[in-house]
Amino acid sequence: MTAAPGLRGRHDAGRGRAPEGGPNPEEAAADKKRGRIGQLLVLPGFTFLLLFFAAPVVVLLAMSLYTKAPGAEIGQFEPALQFSNYAVVLREYWDVLVRSFAFALAATLAALLIGYPMAYLVAVRLRAHRLLQGILLVLLIAPFFSSFILRTQAWKQILADEGPVVGVLRALAVLPEDGRLTATAFAVVCGLTYNFLPFMTLPIYASLERLDTRLLEASGDLYASPMRTFRQVTLPLSMPGVFAGTLLTFIPASGDYVNAALLGNNRDTTMIGQVIDSRFFRVVDYPGAAALSFILMVAILVLVMAYIRRFGARNLF
Amino acid sequence: MRAQPRTDRLNDPALRALVRAQSATRQAAAQPTRRALLRGAGGLGLAGLLAACGTGGTGGGGQSAAAPSPAADISDTDKAVNWANWTLYLDYDDKTGTYPTLVEFEKQTGIRANYAEDIDGNDSYYGKIQAQLSAGQDIGQDIITLTDPMAGRIIRQGYTQELNHANIPNLANLLPSLRDVGFDPGRRHSLTWQSGFAGIAWNKEAVPGGLRSVEDLWKPELKGRVEVLDEWRDTVGLIMMQNGVDISGNWTSDDFDAALATLEEQIASGQIRQVKGNSYKEDLVSGDALAVVCWSGDITQLNFENGDKWEFVIPEAGGTLWSDNMMVPIGSPRKANAEKLMNYYYEPEVAAAVAAYVNYICPVDGAREAMEKIDPSLVDNPLIFPSSEDLARTKVFRTLTAEEETDYGSRFQQAIGA
Repeated sequence: MTAAPGLRGRHDAGRGRAPEGGPNPEEAAADKKRGRIGQLLVLPGFTFLLLFFAAPVVVLLAMSLYTKAPGAEIGQFEPALQFSNYAVVLREYWDVLVRSFAFALAATLAALLIGYPMAYLVAVRLRAHRLLQGILLVLLIAPFFSSFILRTQAWKQILADEGPVVGVLRALAVLPEDGRLTATAFAVVCGLTYNFLPFMTLPIYASLERLDTRLLEASGDLYASPMRTFRQVTLPLSMPGVFAGTLLTFIPASGDYVNAALLGNNRDTTMIGQVIDSRFFRVVDYPGAAALSFILMVAILVLVMAYIRRFGARNLF
Repeated sequence: MRAQPRTDRLNDPALRALVRAQSATRQAAAQPTRRALLRGAGGLGLAGLLAACGTGGTGGGGQSAAAPSPAADISDTDKAVNWANWTLYLDYDDKTGTYPTLVEFEKQTGIRANYAEDIDGNDSYYGKIQAQLSAGQDIGQDIITLTDPMAGRIIRQGYTQELNHANIPNLANLLPSLRDVGFDPGRRHSLTWQSGFAGIAWNKEAVPGGLRSVEDLWKPELKGRVEVLDEWRDTVGLIMMQNGVDISGNWTSDDFDAALATLEEQIASGQIRQVKGNSYKEDLVSGDALAVVCWSGDITQLNFENGDKWEFVIPEAGGTLWSDNMMVPIGSPRKANAEKLMNYYYEPEVAAAVAAYVNYICPVDGAREAMEKIDPSLVDNPLIFPSSEDLARTKVFRTLTAEEETDYGSRFQQAIGA
């Protein structure tokens, strides 16, 4: 995520390579060698993915079609092709699935609104103050130094009914007398936003860090208002960061269950991750849990593909 | 069970790793037989891959695997016993970082005891060990401690070894009410570790009038400040008893439905803030929860740590009584050592020492007299040594069939939004 400042960065970002000359035998041999080394370099990653991603996915898919034999013990299922497992869990948990994506979307937008200005401040405004920039950057990453669950738990304490935040909000009549913050959908979205904020901020920072401020000056010289400069220069140049940030926030947020479990209630905040957990460990319905996991995976894939088609592609690389 | 780890607990990861490494070398000495290995890895290839997910028993082209057979006992040559239990569930000395009763056991018998606070949920622990148990493998533990319904399940599935009562003479000290339980008649496979009540508790300052019944939890002034347990036997059980149902008797699906409807209604109206496991204790401390359906020992512990703030009662209509049970898993090669340990903890003096620390119901006859010497203030604590009237007001759930358990568990999870 480090990027060289100044001119070089601009060349890195977006500009195409110089057109190549005709084929040359020496180069072709070198290319071939590079190709083999490339293959070799890919091998560890490929093996890892095969073992820890592809194989489990196949198992998951198989498991999602298992069926319960009549009179079988809890946790015992037989291999089968029971496609109705999918229909059953979809019918039962459609609302939860939609809610999970809605929460994830809300958290992604909130993280973008909070994260972008933060990244801009650190990457562009404080460019001349190296020390301050460094300190703020460390602060951005600091939440990662402590446990995810502990941080969420801390939120619970801060937002508790008898806590200072709720007290002040009640006194200001922002919250009704019996109003509260924890155990609400609002708290869950806040928790998601907070916990995934660094995933949004850091990629945006990385792309803004390479922003050539002379372009902003040029834009001003051409009588563009600051707003217009932002819209037509800064924002487009930082799009790769925004794009990566939104994906890195949305995808884990939609499958998260810690925030909903700790900050939510049992009425209108349940997320799909909680359901998968409860189907797997509580009800011991492995096929149902597997089907739900698979649905979640496919749904995320579809949403992300649609997003990439609409906005991305160019921004991905 | 149901206890949260305290921060002052022996939680040093390095120490834990050391203990784990030790037990690993010991396991290596006790190589599983080739057949057991084959059985474990065999069957459906995919199921083998998913071993951790507990699909054992799906192998062999769909036919149910035969019950595994017990491991050969090497207790005489391998003087060790490994015990998996819940957190905060054995007397612990902060200063020395040891469990005094366990140290005494090692001194008396020369058997090295490895104690692990490995269990933080019946369901999740079952998920962890089921595949290995179904293959008859050694899970690295010689005693595991699980709550009644789960104990019943693994005994039914043939995942436990039959105890040799000749090695446990102190079995005679088991409270008569616990001798014959539905899931294990005659206690041939299990022995009670501790028991507890599920009942109701409230913040004495915020609810000066106190509560007497489950119905009182639905008072308007407690709206949004009530939490109930995510174990359906306790929460739905208490509501069923409020409805006049005997949960140990032959109740029907309708009785369950009626109680579940009450629960759903109170969740939907916002009366119930959250349905929780152990973590309801934090909400009692923070004040988010003012009244709860909860476990007896927890309240004693909370009052001890935070000043005498809460009060626990068994509801007028009755509470539930649960127990955690020690069992020897099928693959354990150290059953005789395990039996020695069980026998040791049924000495009244030892049981009293444990009870003084964990504050749950002590299942050992004579421990009350022994408690006089340890902590006289606890002798009359009704949550450790309950009166016969209290015991009469509590019930144990009748044993459910696999279908019933799945069905009720599933409907409860749906009712609480998961």
